[in-house]
Amino acid sequence: MAQPPVPVDRLADQYGPHPSHTPVGGWSHEATHAPDRLVKTHCCFCGQQCGIQLKVRNNQVIGFEPWEDFPFNNGMLCPKGVKRYLQSGHPDRLLDPLMRTDAGFRPASWDEAIGFTARRLREIQDKHGKDAVAVYGGASLTTEKSYLLGKFARVALGTRHIDYNGRLCMVSAGTAYKPAFGVDRSPIPWSDIPKADVVLVVGANVAECAPITTSYIWRCRDRGGKLIVVDPRMTPITRNADLYLPVRPGTDLVLLMGMLHIILRDGLEDRKFIAEHTLGFDEVSASAKPYDPHSVAERTGVPAEAIERAAHMFAKADRAIAMHARGLEHHSKGVENCSALINLCLATGNLGREGCGPTMITGQGNGQGGREHGQKCDQLPGQRSISDPAAREDVARVWGITADEIPQAGLTAVEIMEAVHRGEIRGLLSICFNPLVSLPDAGFTREALEKLEFFGVIDFFLSETAHHADVVLAGSLQEEEEGVVTSAEGRVIHIQQAVDPPGRARRDGDIICDIARKLGKGKFFPYTNPREIFEELREASRGGVADYFGITYERIDREMGVFWPCPSLDHPGTPRLFDGGISMHPDGKCRFLPTPWRESGDPVDADFPVYLTTGRVVSHYLSGTQTRRIGGLVDQYPEPRVEMHPRLAGTIGVATDDWVTITTRRRAITLQASVVKTIRPDTVFIPYHWPGGRSANQLTHRTLDPRSKIPEYKVSACRLAKADST
Amino acid sequence: MFGYEFYIDPSRCIGCQSCMKACEECETHRGTSMINFDFIDRPETIATAAYVCFHCEDPTCAQVCPADAIKKGLDGIVQSALEPRCIGCSNCVLACPFGIPKMQVKQEQMMKCDMCYDRTSVGKKPMCATVCPSQALSYVTPEEIARGRREKPTNVFYFGDQKVTTKVFMMVPEDVDAVSVDVVDYMWEGRP
Repeated sequence: MAQPPVPVDRLADQYGPHPSHTPVGGWSHEATHAPDRLVKTHCCFCGQQCGIQLKVRNNQVIGFEPWEDFPFNNGMLCPKGVKRYLQSGHPDRLLDPLMRTDAGFRPASWDEAIGFTARRLREIQDKHGKDAVAVYGGASLTTEKSYLLGKFARVALGTRHIDYNGRLCMVSAGTAYKPAFGVDRSPIPWSDIPKADVVLVVGANVAECAPITTSYIWRCRDRGGKLIVVDPRMTPITRNADLYLPVRPGTDLVLLMGMLHIILRDGLEDRKFIAEHTLGFDEVSASAKPYDPHSVAERTGVPAEAIERAAHMFAKADRAIAMHARGLEHHSKGVENCSALINLCLATGNLGREGCGPTMITGQGNGQGGREHGQKCDQLPGQRSISDPAAREDVARVWGITADEIPQAGLTAVEIMEAVHRGEIRGLLSICFNPLVSLPDAGFTREALEKLEFFGVIDFFLSETAHHADVVLAGSLQEEEEGVVTSAEGRVIHIQQAVDPPGRARRDGDIICDIARKLGKGKFFPYTNPREIFEELREASRGGVADYFGITYERIDREMGVFWPCPSLDHPGTPRLFDGGISMHPDGKCRFLPTPWRESGDPVDADFPVYLTTGRVVSHYLSGTQTRRIGGLVDQYPEPRVEMHPRLAGTIGVATDDWVTITTRRRAITLQASVVKTIRPDTVFIPYHWPGGRSANQLTHRTLDPRSKIPEYKVSACRLAKADST
Repeated sequence: MFGYEFYIDPSRCIGCQSCMKACEECETHRGTSMINFDFIDRPETIATAAYVCFHCEDPTCAQVCPADAIKKGLDGIVQSALEPRCIGCSNCVLACPFGIPKMQVKQEQMMKCDMCYDRTSVGKKPMCATVCPSQALSYVTPEEIARGRREKPTNVFYFGDQKVTTKVFMMVPEDVDAVSVDVVDYMWEGRP
């Protein structure tokens, strides 16, 4: 029984989102002009993790000041960073734990809320087994919280089902990089980007989703570097691209194989690098044979000459970087897509030197650190496999249990929701995750949530998903709890606690530990602050791939971040991996990996003839729980629009601002059109930050990559019709 | 800030509007952005441009002000109209060749970019140029610009017969010395 207790409109009236435009006390309030102190910390939005100084007065964040000394962004910030401080003192903020009643939610004491949570989880487990409850985490949590949550699921609950919203983000990249190189991390620090001769950007809307990376690419161009952009849409960085390849959604793999085909046909591969540093070249080389430029042009919609030019530019460059993000990864063949891009870099010897290599642009705040230390269903701290007996022994020792007591790998994020729908998972505890907005096929997600016997949520605002909760535990914003995160480039940085949580809200870590204590597992969770958790995490990651042992809060502050792996206190950290082409596999070799073609799980046909692809806009972050509450960001992009080419718009008689119904094999939604010549005429784009009838994920489908289990957000089939209005 | 100049390069702009959001945070006009931002023609192109006041050597806005409300400081910064003097006539808004000044209807006062006077006068960079993720707006030393960029800066603009020299620089192709926007500037007739 987990339908919202009252209609969601009523919940929205009470709990928001209400856009807040002004700081606490208003623009002109004297108090907002004179901070007590400036706190050097980082932005909470996106994996760039820009340095920022928060202005603090009377335990409120009242503004910001650029932090020009922080080397990654030197004071630069996108609009999200500029306005992030407006979450402080926000009227929608949850100040008490909430218990569900027939009339909505009522404030409760912490004793009651934690007691209820622990009791319900235990009851379900006693009746239906340990694995009848699951835990959802998020990649915006600090690494300490991520580590704590992984330990909580396995030690306090004993369930194997814990996964996180990073499953919707980075996993295809990680799943491809790990077998290729023995590690899941960007091989290069961002300072390498300006040193490249060619930057190939595949499926990454850099300007909107990783805005600071733009300055690195522009600096590369300043010194003569060339930019190649592969995307079905002309995203803003395309304005300065030397070559733009408008790839048809879902055919990136074909394009990348086509480039490899040309490189091998013309003898542009780096024979020496391949022989000395790689395995598996022959198989991949043979598999590139059928991808001749003509057939690749047919399948991708990119002219053969442009593919030839891209291949030659990339292969002839002394230093080439190939960057990618969700556009390459959100596919039923997301892993193969990433492997194809890695293969291209290996074939041309672009690895292990300054200014070259493949690199992934991690999307979420702690997208990197959040996936290293145990909230992923198949991983233990230090990026070690949960099925590796040695890793289990190591971690069990640190945790004070036996290796047998650590559950085996559980289900992934989408699979957990499917198991909820099937009635196999009956209880769910969720933090930092808004699956009703962010998971594909939102109608299915809603049905699943309604079946839960117990649903507990830890959050600072009442998200759309939390409407379905039995209990909401009022948690902390990023600036309310100390910890570390790891940025897209692999730099471990320090998040400062700038203010205390307001009202009766509490730090997330304290809430999780209290539930563990109530479950009778207090002796495994003795922590009083995040530093104690970090000290244990250092030990638990020791000897792992993502070795944090040599990193301390003090070193991070002194050195402006430390790149892992950092195995000892006197180790300088590792900004660039694979120096000299040596991978982190025991034999030091890099692997070419086969990239067989698979069709999309939601193919375009006569009934659904148009490609739908989804993504982000610059002023919003993920499911919008935070950014839809910040006035300046809402003003910039208030409602989702369906973006389409005039040629497509003409077929249904639609102009900008007209209403259009978009129908897929799941459902239909109606949005206003933005008619622009900057998207392929066979494709429409909808940003996904909104809930309910405006939610792009009403339309998307649950096809997963078989290995990474990432949903195929970037390809759905749809049809369009002009609508009267809504 | 001594030794620093303001450089605008619209070709770097990615339309993120961080400059506008940051300008709102300025202490002297908190809540109101003074940035001039344009989607050039969104149906046709992704091109965008963000501008600040060019701070002319001989400001047209001040020339046309009937109330003598617009002053240029010794540092070359052209300030917003002085509140007690401004009569809200909008002459400056109409006359500025760059289209910069904005009439604040509520206050009946012309306000515009003062290059973050409160910041630059105490050794900080202007807010917009500090945060700009693409450095389309940039506040750096001339040496840094000369070292870093392909384009070169100019501060000479021709609007037909009017030549305007400014404090703020525009990045232009290497073989261009001044920006001319009127076809007359390219014609033989009428040349002295």
